[in-house]
Amino acid sequence: MEPVEVREAEELKGLAGIIVPGGESTTIGKMLVSSGLLDGIRSYFYRGGPVWGTCAGMVLAASATTGPRQPLLGVMNALVERNGFGPQVHSFEKDVEVEGFDGPFTGVFIRAPFFEDVGPGVEVLSELDGRIVAARGENILVTAFHPELTDDTRFHEYFLEEVCGIERS
Amino acid sequence: MAENGRLTGTFRVKSGMAQMLKGGVIMDVVDAEQARISEEAGAVAVMALERVPADIRADGGVARMSDPEMISSIQEAVSIPVMAKARIGHFVEAQVLEALEVDYIDESEVLTPADEKHHIDKAAFEVPFVCGATNLGEALRRIGEGAAMIRSKGEAGTGNVVEAVRHMRSIIGGIRRLGVLEEDELMSEAKELQAPYELVRWVAENGRLPVVLFTAGGIATPSDAALMMQLGADGVFVGSGIFKSGDPASRALAIVKATTHFKDAKAVAEASRGLGEAMVGREMGSLSEGERLAARGW
Repeated sequence: MEPVEVREAEELKGLAGIIVPGGESTTIGKMLVSSGLLDGIRSYFYRGGPVWGTCAGMVLAASATTGPRQPLLGVMNALVERNGFGPQVHSFEKDVEVEGFDGPFTGVFIRAPFFEDVGPGVEVLSELDGRIVAARGENILVTAFHPELTDDTRFHEYFLEEVCGIERS
Repeated sequence: MAENGRLTGTFRVKSGMAQMLKGGVIMDVVDAEQARISEEAGAVAVMALERVPADIRADGGVARMSDPEMISSIQEAVSIPVMAKARIGHFVEAQVLEALEVDYIDESEVLTPADEKHHIDKAAFEVPFVCGATNLGEALRRIGEGAAMIRSKGEAGTGNVVEAVRHMRSIIGGIRRLGVLEEDELMSEAKELQAPYELVRWVAENGRLPVVLFTAGGIATPSDAALMMQLGADGVFVGSGIFKSGDPASRALAIVKATTHFKDAKAVAEASRGLGEAMVGREMGSLSEGERLAARGW
């Protein structure tokens, strides 16, 4: 596995999967529109390309937000609440239970979103205090928290094996 | 601290927040309208302050934390993170900003220092801090005090990128130097740097700072931003450069684009087209010793 950065739509060609990372979803959304990546990622997704969205990536994956309109990929049937847990002083770490995982996973929630509701085709993988914080569809995974800020690689393995369909060598 | 089983204010949560700003531009704003223009242009955060550095320079006097009223109006105006500045060593201004629930505090040399010897004990706060640094030792001292993000200082309010370049090269060069030292040379180097030994060791092993490194102080054009990114910055603070220019909205957007596509000269050229007047710049030789803000901080 070799990780590469994608800033242009052409760079999506031949990738085994893509990760839409954390950040400011409004900023990322604007840059996705101006770079042509919004349509690029959508067509990558609809051709079956595996996508994992963390935090802002989860916001962008949703089909609608509870807040003001902003550019979204809209590839997941879900209603998202941005900054669902409040401003940075309320950002936190907490262990969450994840469907199919052997033991809790330390969720690092940074100005994190949550799914208020999901529609058909979306499977909830984890909830925190009644809020959906991880979910998946056929070829998409979303997490409201940041597995990449921990040393626990179970979500990375889950994405590669269960979503991308790559066999462990 | 723990609230309903949630662990808040951990270093991972504080430094992780800065990780999410990487590759982005943070813009100085003095009112809600400027904050909206910045958000619209694609800023990843705004820095609320009473006067931009160029005006602080021109007006003189003591520069302090902003009016909470103004900070709140900016928080209401945008959904992106709102940062605010506290004076060096003024831990009560920092307590006030934390009570206002700003997303990040900049313990900043742009404001008049409140303490000539001590910086704020930043580890004691739930809210994360960013601090300026001119070299590696200064950066590691601030991280030792709990800073969760570093920015090279540059010389704010001058529209001249030369000091930002000097400080970024100094920090990155310092990191590179640690990488080639032998284990038994690190203690002596820590003494030279006047930095905590454990952090010196960490940097020597990992080849980077343990927190995100932005740049600041004098960035006025899209090319300035791309220059700093190519020199190794993780992102850019732009102060006076945007709202002291002829066409702030266009310049803000152009600097965001140049920061995103910093390796793509065609994209930087495209972003730079027809922006109108940049802010008026100051040559470093024209600044007296007392006017040099980067010298503040210890």
